[in-house]
Amino acid sequence: MPQIAQLTADNWYLASQLFWLLVVFAGIYVVIGRGMLPKIEATVDARDRKVADDLAAAKAAHAAADALEESYRQQGDASRAAAQKAVSDAKDKAAKDAEKRLAKVDAELGEKLAAAEADVSAARSSAMAEIESVAAEAASELVARLSGVKVAAADAKSAVKAVLHG
Amino acid sequence: MAAESGKIDPMHQFEVTPLGGGFNLGGHEVLFTNSALWMVIAAVVLGLFMWGGMRRQLVPGRWQAAVEGFTGFISNMMMANIGTEGRKYTPYVFSLFMFILFCNLLGMLPLGVLGLHPFTVTSHIAITGVLALLSFSIVLVVGFWRHGLHFFSLFVPHGTPLPMIPFIAVIEFISFMIRPFSLGLRLFVAMTAGHVLLKVLSGFVINGFNAENAVIGSVVSLLSFTLMIGISALELLVAGIQAYVFALLTSLYINDAVNLH
Repeated sequence: MPQIAQLTADNWYLASQLFWLLVVFAGIYVVIGRGMLPKIEATVDARDRKVADDLAAAKAAHAAADALEESYRQQGDASRAAAQKAVSDAKDKAAKDAEKRLAKVDAELGEKLAAAEADVSAARSSAMAEIESVAAEAASELVARLSGVKVAAADAKSAVKAVLHG
Repeated sequence: MAAESGKIDPMHQFEVTPLGGGFNLGGHEVLFTNSALWMVIAAVVLGLFMWGGMRRQLVPGRWQAAVEGFTGFISNMMMANIGTEGRKYTPYVFSLFMFILFCNLLGMLPLGVLGLHPFTVTSHIAITGVLALLSFSIVLVVGFWRHGLHFFSLFVPHGTPLPMIPFIAVIEFISFMIRPFSLGLRLFVAMTAGHVLLKVLSGFVINGFNAENAVIGSVVSLLSFTLMIGISALELLVAGIQAYVFALLTSLYINDAVNLH
């Protein structure tokens, strides 16, 4: 068995085996174990970190989107409430304004009505006075034509007044 | 494969033959042998394999994924067995695992068909023994470096009753000292046994076809050949498992040195 023989007898190839094993294994350790392996592990680590970072970023973005949506909703609610308040305020104000204007217009109309009524009564009384004087003239003229008696204007007037006012 | 006059020597495959390039090193003649050649081939193939995985892309291709699978396998093993401190020893255990794995697998190549002679480096106890001693020395150096004489508490497990300590310590010490031998022997025996078995069966195949009784000989040959196919598959599995076992035990022993019990 050559494997055992090299250990027992003073064999020529034991030294060669050990020498080349140490040379080759040292080469593998230095070049591959120390040189290539850390780079490959660094690549794997970088990838793992990238994946973890991306996942964290995605989670953060998700949370931010949720917060944004929440604030958007709150803003919407607030602005809707503000709009409703503005509308009701405007309604109240408009109603009050209308009331005020209505009252003012009412008062003006009342004044105008009163003035008009006063005018009407004044016109009526002046018309009445005119009618009286016209009737008195007419009556005195009639009397003069019919009887030739001149009636004093004041008498005619009082007579007409008595007839007109009963 | 000394098929002289129909006789096949299953041990011939383990023979070391000089290929030249000798020089003297401390009174020993060092020659470049077929064993050294296959170590170099394993190192070169391993280097090419690793080089293909060095593209460092964010999304790995097939080759890079394969290489990262191996590195991840070993670094996860170190992480699981030793913890974060295990990263320091990953280069050594990875080199060990890949070297043994590639030597095991290259020794299985059916290059005999082309007239070449694949030599299984790990079927020599001189090789596996040195690798085991290397692991064992790392354990000793790390253990005494980190814990000083406290490292001897390794031989007294926690909770040992006081009167049992002398016996337990002796048993633990023996089991500790036996580690490099069991580590080296396991790989050597598995590789040697597998290759001897394959060679014996292939001898059956050849001798069966050359037998005087052609019918029985053919039956024997075909059965042996079928068996060889199965055992070749098994040997590929063993090649991976033995490399894994060697690396796993090394990591467990380093864990003893780093964390004690």
